[in-house]
Amino acid sequence: MIVDQGTFRRAVLSPEVDRPEGLSNGHGQPAGRRFDVYRNNVAVSLTEALETAFPVIRKLVGEANFKLLAGAFLRQHPPSSPLMMYYGTEMPAFLEGFGPTSNLGYLPDVARLELALRESYHAADAAPIDPARLQALPPDQLMASTVSLAPSLRLIRSRWPIFAIWAFNMNNGPKPQAGAEDVVILRAEMDPEPILLPPGGGAFLAALLDGATLGTAFETGMGEAEAFDLSQILAILIGANAIADLGETL
Amino acid sequence: MLDASNHHFDRLPAAPGVGYKPQHFSDLLENAGSVEWLEIHAENYMGDGGRPLAQLRHLSERFAISVHGVGLSIGGEGRLDPDHLARLKHLVGWTKPASFSEHLAWSTHDSAFLNDLLPLPYTDETLTRVAEHIDEVQEVVGRQMLLENPSSYLAFDESTYEETDFLREVAKRTGCGLLLDVNNVFVSATNLETDPVSYIDAFPLDLVGEIHLAGHDEDHDDHGKPLLIDSHGREVAEPVWTLYEHVIAKGGARPSLIEWDNDVPDWPTLEAEAARAAKILETVV
Repeated sequence: MIVDQGTFRRAVLSPEVDRPEGLSNGHGQPAGRRFDVYRNNVAVSLTEALETAFPVIRKLVGEANFKLLAGAFLRQHPPSSPLMMYYGTEMPAFLEGFGPTSNLGYLPDVARLELALRESYHAADAAPIDPARLQALPPDQLMASTVSLAPSLRLIRSRWPIFAIWAFNMNNGPKPQAGAEDVVILRAEMDPEPILLPPGGGAFLAALLDGATLGTAFETGMGEAEAFDLSQILAILIGANAIADLGETL
Repeated sequence: MLDASNHHFDRLPAAPGVGYKPQHFSDLLENAGSVEWLEIHAENYMGDGGRPLAQLRHLSERFAISVHGVGLSIGGEGRLDPDHLARLKHLVGWTKPASFSEHLAWSTHDSAFLNDLLPLPYTDETLTRVAEHIDEVQEVVGRQMLLENPSSYLAFDESTYEETDFLREVAKRTGCGLLLDVNNVFVSATNLETDPVSYIDAFPLDLVGEIHLAGHDEDHDDHGKPLLIDSHGREVAEPVWTLYEHVIAKGGARPSLIEWDNDVPDWPTLEAEAARAAKILETVV
């Protein structure tokens, strides 16, 4: 009896599938629950990886529910690479279609925020621009420049108060109030930090990430919120080493 | 003060090492005790930047590093993942480790990675495949690798080789070295009711470039027989130390790693395990 790895894999991931034949205790008796050691190792290690990746989702749905959710997720989406630090990228889409939590509409965006924090943590290092270079540039030239942002920067725009939900669960922040929130994740050194963007900030950063010049991005920010404050957001970015370089466009 | 730029760790010392955990970063730099080298899981250092890589750069100036892969799936039926091989080559390229090792196991099938070291039967067919995979790894990564014996919870009816013969033959065909996990030997021997000392005596100890020691958990199978689980979550068990003494007495001192991956203890507890290994190693120097 030859046990192929496809059969082994199906049975490892799905407790309802029969254990493969052709496995024993080494002395002629069927392996029985010895096979379940592998089932357990796989389910537990993948569930733990998801618990590490999504601490806020876990708090929001509760520990027992999270285990059920993780169990369903890992059968549908086993890791596609051995880099467990990136496991769970399908979680937001999975949550959008997951019946038992469909009343918690904000979960997919909270999952996006948690994924972005982890991506930021492992993103490439980049030396920040010398602020003097920004100050030395005449304003019209500055506004005609594109901006290359640190690889660790992530922008998440949401119709839900995802920053408040994150802060409430991770940092004892105040109780979240309904409303859209845009969040930027900045990694000044080694630790990514989510920052709630002021009005217009999300549109501004989205434009910069799209390759717009500072001038165009400024107009985009103003278009979304008249109170948009360019110097405030530049100070936030510079303070967190988030501007790597300027690309001047002619 | 050690000048890192002039220091090359081209091989692991025949002394204790530990599996590196980030919570021990400053302890290692301030008070490494009997720990002379570190092992990292390759996959945890395959990100693009940030703290993990910064810490590894820092530690590799002070300690010889062993890069230990857990995701290559050398025993897999399918071909090795070329992206993952390229990542390994890159990691080995910049860390210039004193040792590079992987497992006699599989973890990926149909591009699903199962995050566990799954078993394979020992047959002519699997021997050929494992040897081809190791040839490819050594070719791409550009250096010799050590292959680690697994912990077994069950046996394949189709197997025609003893594990020790299988490992010896793989090493002969590929030129790879071996990593002897003494806890795995004890776990497998208990689970499959074989004699761990006979296993060690049949093992080609001259090919062993590194030894692993770890703790295991105890469970039972359907018939009430002991079923040990290779959990890496506690101290090395007494019979495993005894078996390790036998290995060292027979094969001589070897780089010996304490693996403690779950419920990671505080530094003094982990260092005490390394100190115990150091004592045993000293008996043969």
